[in-house]
Amino acid sequence: MSPSVISRLMNPAGSKSPAAGELAGMGIVLGVLVVSFSLLSDRFLTGATFDSIAFQLPELGLLALAMLIPLLSGGLNLAITFSANFSALVMAWVVGWLGGPEAGMSGILLGMLAALLSGALIGWALGAIVAYTGAHPILASLAMMIFLRGLGEFLTRGGSVSGFPDALVGLGQGTWLGIPVPLLVFAACAALWALILNRTRLGFSIYMLGSNTEATRYSGISTRRALTLVYVLSGVMCAVAGIIMTSRFNSVRVGHGEAYLLITVLACFLGRVDPFGGFGRVAPVVMALIILQVISSGLNLLGTNQHLATALWGGILIAVMVVRYLWGRLRDRRRRRR
Amino acid sequence: MHTPIHSQPGDIDPGPWLLRLEHVSKRFGGVQALDDIAFNVRPGEVLCLAGENGCGKSTLIKTVSGVHAPEPGAVMQWDGQDMLGIDPARARELGIQVIWQDLALFPEMSVAENIAFERNLGRRPRLVKTAAMRAQAAEILDSLGVNIDLDARVASLSIANRQLVAIARALIANARLVFMDEPTASLSRHETEALIDIVRRLSAQGIAVVFVSHRLAEVLDICSRVTVLRDGCYVGTYSTEGMTQSRLTELMTGRQFDYRTRPAPTGDGEPRLSVRGLTRQGEYRDIDLDIRPGEIVGLTGRLGAGRTELALSLFGMRRPERGQILLDGRPLRMTSNRDAIRAGIAYVSEDRLSLGLVQQQAIADNIAITVLGRLLNRAGLLSPRRQTGLVADWIRRLKVKVGSPQDPVSSLSGGNQQRIVLAKWLATEPRLLILDSPTVGVDVGARAGIFEIVAELAAQGMAILLISDETPEVYFNADRVLHMRDGRLVESFIPAHTELERIEEAVHA
Repeated sequence: MSPSVISRLMNPAGSKSPAAGELAGMGIVLGVLVVSFSLLSDRFLTGATFDSIAFQLPELGLLALAMLIPLLSGGLNLAITFSANFSALVMAWVVGWLGGPEAGMSGILLGMLAALLSGALIGWALGAIVAYTGAHPILASLAMMIFLRGLGEFLTRGGSVSGFPDALVGLGQGTWLGIPVPLLVFAACAALWALILNRTRLGFSIYMLGSNTEATRYSGISTRRALTLVYVLSGVMCAVAGIIMTSRFNSVRVGHGEAYLLITVLACFLGRVDPFGGFGRVAPVVMALIILQVISSGLNLLGTNQHLATALWGGILIAVMVVRYLWGRLRDRRRRRR
Repeated sequence: MHTPIHSQPGDIDPGPWLLRLEHVSKRFGGVQALDDIAFNVRPGEVLCLAGENGCGKSTLIKTVSGVHAPEPGAVMQWDGQDMLGIDPARARELGIQVIWQDLALFPEMSVAENIAFERNLGRRPRLVKTAAMRAQAAEILDSLGVNIDLDARVASLSIANRQLVAIARALIANARLVFMDEPTASLSRHETEALIDIVRRLSAQGIAVVFVSHRLAEVLDICSRVTVLRDGCYVGTYSTEGMTQSRLTELMTGRQFDYRTRPAPTGDGEPRLSVRGLTRQGEYRDIDLDIRPGEIVGLTGRLGAGRTELALSLFGMRRPERGQILLDGRPLRMTSNRDAIRAGIAYVSEDRLSLGLVQQQAIADNIAITVLGRLLNRAGLLSPRRQTGLVADWIRRLKVKVGSPQDPVSSLSGGNQQRIVLAKWLATEPRLLILDSPTVGVDVGARAGIFEIVAELAAQGMAILLISDETPEVYFNADRVLHMRDGRLVESFIPAHTELERIEEAVHA
């Protein structure tokens, strides 16, 4: 597979490119899942299922987008959930300072802006450490994660912050034209990510430096700047996730969504992101997220334990790796025979 | 005109051959690696096995040493006896030894242990007799006329001495035929001469040596005969008597090349690049250098002379401590290579694999990476249409052989990869092009193609700095040749007025 700017763009539906084949394959898996669940339970194909997926997908999805770009750059961001909640805390303080539950629309917007700025700042600090000191992203983001967790717990005394205006809660729980608002936010963010990755110089540079940072630097790309921006983008996306989580739960707690961290990595790899960086696209990752969410909701409907769904998620990734390996071998053998 | 002295099997007396191969073929899947090869070695002779990368030299050596079995129908004889069906262990017993380019020594073990290793190979585990081992190793090194500390760790030795240890290891196993794969690739002239002495000594002891080397001058000097392979086929075996480098190149590539120096420079016009007193501690000192538009200046010298360091400073990636760099008369102050690229300087790195190209990524993206700013549409987004146009244009102009521009660069041959590197830098429309060892890992045939492009660029008025440690390369392709030693430019030559040997002597003295 050689996804590049051209194939990513000139050939979005490209029936013959392997990337499109992969997407089609995931579509088939999704179809099989939907059909089996609806055969097993007549409550599956209902609005309620759609609603539950539509409200749960965005949280995990936004965090997966925050994980995607560092992965493409050959790194990792372990601080995503705490960046999200810390940024949400910043929003909570600004909103609280501007009137708490009585805060007006301007108060809410200011709060969101503060959250986005906080996310960007956290990302910038992390990115600068990775880009300028050459620290390994796993270590740098691990340190950032522990720092944010400790600071957050200290400032909230381990509790949660609540008391938000109804308008903010409406963002997390409301619908627009019948579609849940969080889902719209997620769709917009995914589209924005695809645009940045496919059509901007920064996106181009992220793919290149993800494969070979030094060769990219020798080509005249400011790799330090690009690498810093990778984590700034990641931090901003964390803040968006933090805002959505806050509005859904009507409260902020530092430990919200902690379990999502490694699931986002799983979703990215399932969505064919190269663990060594340089290759991966937004659309298959979104598809992988949908598949994971359908499995979780379907099993939930069948009355099985939630932990079974988690086990199944891991099992699927293992199965996918084995199938990809066998598929690759088969293709090689066919090519050699030709 | 040279005619193969042995092209028809059967027309010579098979008696004197140590090794005799006829009709040896080898297929790997759909690839015909060897196709009906004849290869004969006399006892004690020094024979060269020549051919471009991928011509089947390694496969042939591996077939002789028992790693690969040939296809049915092959004749393989050792001392007149059939040797078909041997395995590597049996090949060793017969006295066939291969010294690969990486030498395969144990760097953390001593010289004596490395030499004696071959003796202990395949024996049942028993106590190592240190004294006996040392005595044997010393004896072998004595017979080679060299003096190396038996207790030194191999990792601490120079490449030349490691080479000698590898040869000693082959000899202790009673070798009668030694293959040497590119033995002189990383040796200085002096070390090469010492090695050639050793090879002659082996020959005098009746040990045959098959030399695999890219350095044709060396091959012609040391070998009595040369067997040429091309694309897995047998071209012929020739006496080196009266053979020339250009004729040998022609046989290896199947094409004719022009070996002529460029005409002497006229020497007028304002310099494009002027360097005055450039110094960076520990790397280079007091460099004065002028390159005029349309001029190709060669820079040669031994490894570690500071050539690449100087090039990186001209490309803005290593800030000099003193001195000035002027481009078209204007002083340049560069904090990164982006400043250099903006000023019109391009740098083709000596390390194509890890610095020149992003190997895993698409050919199209590797070409576009230097000129992203020019691919933006009105909305400020990258235009796929413009990129496709740019890429198609450069692939056509530089005649790069690619399947699809979307294939990873790593799928291309060395020569075609180097064309992609040129494309990505020519796309920036540079005024000064720095080529740092542009033919590393590029076949003889493809090298000529690269230099055709370079000459054409110079004719269009580009100033070019050509860095290479292969003196003939700068001699035949540059207008002027500068000799760098220990960080200083010590001499300047004009190829049109100088003999190649004179420059080689100066560089390797």
